[in-house]
Amino acid sequence: MKKLIVSPSPHDENYMKTSGIMLNVIIALIPALCIGCYIFGWRVITLTAVCISSCMIFEYLSRRLMKRSNTITDLSAVVTGVLLAMNLPVTLPYWMAVIGCFVAIVIVKQLFGGLGQNFANPAITARIVLMVSFPSAMTHWIKPVSYEYDAVSSATPLAMGKDAELPSYIDLLLGNVGGCLGETCTLALLAGGLYLAARKIISLASPVAFIGSLAVLMAIAGEDPLYHILAGGVFLGAFFMATDYATTPITFKGKIIFGLGCGTITFVIRHFGSYPEGVSFAILLMNILTPYIDQMTRTKVFGAKGAEKSEG
Amino acid sequence: MSKLNGLKLYHRKNTNNSITEEFILPAKVKIPMSMTMGTPCQPLVKVGDTVKVGQKIGDSEAPFSVPVHSSVSGTVTALSDYITASGTVCKAVEIETDGKQTVSEDVKPPVVTDRESFVKAVRESGACGLGGAGFPTHIKLNPKTPVEILVVNAAECEPYITADYREMIENAEDIIGGIKLVQSQLGIKNIKLAIEANKPEAIKNFKKIAENDDSIDIVTLPSSYPQGAEKVIIYNSTGRIVREGQIPSDIGVIVMNVSTVSFLYRYMQDGMPLIKRRMTIDGNAVAYPKNIRAVIGTSFREILEYCGTDMDSVKKIIAGGPMMGMSIPDADMPVIKTSNALLAFDRYDQKKTSACIRCGRCIKVCPIGLMPAEIEKSFKIKNIDELKELKVMLCMNCGSCTYICPANRKLAETNQLAKTLIPRN
Repeated sequence: MKKLIVSPSPHDENYMKTSGIMLNVIIALIPALCIGCYIFGWRVITLTAVCISSCMIFEYLSRRLMKRSNTITDLSAVVTGVLLAMNLPVTLPYWMAVIGCFVAIVIVKQLFGGLGQNFANPAITARIVLMVSFPSAMTHWIKPVSYEYDAVSSATPLAMGKDAELPSYIDLLLGNVGGCLGETCTLALLAGGLYLAARKIISLASPVAFIGSLAVLMAIAGEDPLYHILAGGVFLGAFFMATDYATTPITFKGKIIFGLGCGTITFVIRHFGSYPEGVSFAILLMNILTPYIDQMTRTKVFGAKGAEKSEG
Repeated sequence: MSKLNGLKLYHRKNTNNSITEEFILPAKVKIPMSMTMGTPCQPLVKVGDTVKVGQKIGDSEAPFSVPVHSSVSGTVTALSDYITASGTVCKAVEIETDGKQTVSEDVKPPVVTDRESFVKAVRESGACGLGGAGFPTHIKLNPKTPVEILVVNAAECEPYITADYREMIENAEDIIGGIKLVQSQLGIKNIKLAIEANKPEAIKNFKKIAENDDSIDIVTLPSSYPQGAEKVIIYNSTGRIVREGQIPSDIGVIVMNVSTVSFLYRYMQDGMPLIKRRMTIDGNAVAYPKNIRAVIGTSFREILEYCGTDMDSVKKIIAGGPMMGMSIPDADMPVIKTSNALLAFDRYDQKKTSACIRCGRCIKVCPIGLMPAEIEKSFKIKNIDELKELKVMLCMNCGSCTYICPANRKLAETNQLAKTLIPRN
């Protein structure tokens, strides 16, 4: 008999690993991506492919340069690539998308220590950097090309003036509006988010608090709450960005606070600001607050002095 | 009252219906002097002595210790140094059996008149917690404060193990007898027999037996790990909370393993000390998973070979369950009092650890709400104040955090290392 392996307990493990979680996120994004392709045409595929491959190349090169282990196989770079692509207008030149990937992977993720260490969501930050650097290219929206009936406008619904003819709820649900290539079809995003929740990959605490608080605040301010949660990047942000493990709070209570914060900031930007969209900034600002929220919302340990029951 | 949650594991109770087999008497046994949580004993015999079944062969002056008895009759061939699975060193008495199993004259039913003689008899029985931890039973049965509730731990929450379950099916009357014994000796009002929901047969059985007894409640625990952990089972069956720095008897509760209770009953009847025990033999390298009853000191190798294990292919042997059991370095180690299972596996991948992705799964599964991911960070920078704040000392090493971690981080192990940084008072 060969030597026996001795290791500390436990000697069993769960099957769900980091790459499995990432794979599930990718699966959850596929419906929205497919519909994006249907709405905006084949360039969705090529742009997404450019984002995925450049994210993976940047991930590989930066790890290599910093003499760290290769982390391509954990699929997190693929998720970042897909998410970033979904946050871009379909007409964006490829080289700009590559710059976005560089910002996301090299600057936001790897320079801070790689997966799990970044303080801000790479895809969100990259989108904001691109938006500030190339404002016209990043707001060049095209009409949905595939739905047969007449599409409303080339502007995103939120950027339309008050007197413009606004798209119907059905159009917003199906994605028949202008916008980033992955954010328009609310139904597909909702399906993906619910899939992740069912697989216990994400908690619904943040998305529900985010969308709920935005709707309530909009209703109080006298705007159409349903319109505001369906238009723009709310569902993409709430289900796929505000649930990012590394950059959002780790406890249930913290996730609720995070979601409420995102909803409130989005409301403030949309209602009082001159900027039509606020989701990216809301999530980025809350990302920065995450360590403090974590500090405030630690679990109560069962049986510890003064505590009553552990928090699930 | 809501119950503390836990981890859903595959139960893998393959041996649920396997009737306990008496294991053949081995030609040689090796009985370590340290088998419980108590102080190791000193051998009372020398090389060449003949010993009989049930004869005391090791004892200690220390009150927190349990005597050791010979499990066979035969001749002492050696007093060797022995390294336990947890790495401590003690003596072991090696005995060559004569096959006659002559019972020692000392084996007779104890005379119990009062609490003191009861506790003394329990100590002389060599009993310890048979669930795996091996806490000396006579210490547990002699609390300083009055006990109101006895929780009988029949959760058996670890995968694979069915040793306690078989005790409940095969010796239900002994269990009830043991409960009555402890109840009358300690003046306990209420008994909670806590069984995990994955043992419906046992629950049904005991509900019927205890139908007319108001003092015994059969509690059905959720089928989640670690229901058998002391603090968890106390809360889930009585609603009482063992707070930091307390022991169960401080809040009027004691917890005893179901097999320990039934052993005590038998000991009071025939006076035969703890020299045998039932264990579950399973794991993917074991061809015929079984429950067997073996004498203490039987080599693991003999038992595994008996159950059709190809010893050449075995890569890992676990004494105990897969979650809290210890992987042992040597297949020739003997059965001890706390061996409730023996698992052999022919494959074991040591997966590479990757970065923490802050998914929070470790926090969600911790039965007592610790934050292993945060503890790990504080451990890395040796921040002792922070570790105290995070209550790492309360970790019971159930292993749920390591089990669930998608990045294969050894969180439970880190918790134990972090504990060593905190000075004791």
